[in-house]
Amino acid sequence: MTAASQGLGGFQDNFLTARLDDVVSWARRNSVWPATFGLACCAIEMMASGAAHNDLARFGMEVFRASPRQADLMIVAGRVSQKMAPVLRQIYDQMMEPKWVISMGVCASSGGMFNNYAIVQGVDQIVPVDVYAPGCPPGPQTLMHSIVTLHGLIGEGEIGRRRAASGAGAGVRLETSPS
Amino acid sequence: MGYFEGFRITFKEMFKPRVTTSYPEELRPKPERAHGRHVLNRHEDGMEKCIGCELCAGVCPARCIYVRGADNPTDAPISPGERYGFVYEINYLRCIHCDLCVEACPTEAITESKLFEFSFTNRADAIYTKRELLVGDDGRPQRLPWELWSDDDEANTSAWVRATASSGRADYEGRVGWSAELGYGIRAPEVGQAGEDAVATADDRHGHGDDVGHGHGGGH
Repeated sequence: MTAASQGLGGFQDNFLTARLDDVVSWARRNSVWPATFGLACCAIEMMASGAAHNDLARFGMEVFRASPRQADLMIVAGRVSQKMAPVLRQIYDQMMEPKWVISMGVCASSGGMFNNYAIVQGVDQIVPVDVYAPGCPPGPQTLMHSIVTLHGLIGEGEIGRRRAASGAGAGVRLETSPS
Repeated sequence: MGYFEGFRITFKEMFKPRVTTSYPEELRPKPERAHGRHVLNRHEDGMEKCIGCELCAGVCPARCIYVRGADNPTDAPISPGERYGFVYEINYLRCIHCDLCVEACPTEAITESKLFEFSFTNRADAIYTKRELLVGDDGRPQRLPWELWSDDDEANTSAWVRATASSGRADYEGRVGWSAELGYGIRAPEVGQAGEDAVATADDRHGHGDDVGHGHGGGH
């Protein structure tokens, strides 16, 4: 009797099975490369998160990419002025899908205490934000808490499904041409 | 040998102990006076301390607090006195944890815990209402499921800082004049800045001034 006719029982070697979605999201979750987007004092805490005591390398995200083409995650660290807003959006548009945004600190999240004409009242008016980290500035612990939250969202695949359904995100869709 | 000379620091660091904390599993101790998420306190009999005066909302530099007072129902009052905080909301995407609300509060209703490890996935979640902020019946802050509490977060709240503040009077130093929190935040006063040892002259309104403390009567 050949192995093929016995089905799975005929295999002599060990093997693992998994849903392809799970494997993909696991891989994405563990190599989220952030783009450097430090705008203010929150960036100091973001740098501290990457340093030895907190060590973002444990999450596979120690490489802060200077090029948005190589980054998956934009950590908006600091207050976004009206003049910076189009720049931020351009950086976001240059990032490759799938991409995520963490709004770090109260200024990026809602304008914080700078409720005036110069500061964008929440970076989610420009780019879709996935996780908000409160605090002024958020310490490395808060940032890592939001990163863990983001990992949970990526692991569930919830972000991708929501974006596909609502059309949110960068607004760039690969349409299959009707042949 | 020049090649290895360049690696001198690398080889030296290799034998030093690691300083990294593996964060979600292992939490670093926080500073004594860290500011974090607020709690709304209760009196010992379970009544709320907030009287809805909106001083905290007025003093907040980020305008993150929204309070609306209402008259106490006469048959079942919620706070002692005339009015109570009917609506109490804090937007944690605005709050900068400056503790000015704590200083402004005339009834010691709002204090800050040391918890700052929380994050949100939308802006509406970041607005805490009275339901989340109020302490439980045991006088301890609620540990909400999306927050990462460690045990010392509720131990040294900002109430303790205010309790041992000098209030501008030199002889006030080193006494617990104000520590009306339930069960937590009550601890021995700090050793006075004047240098003499603090005598725990707390009148012990609650009868358990020192024993709940965390053995930190000074020394720093």
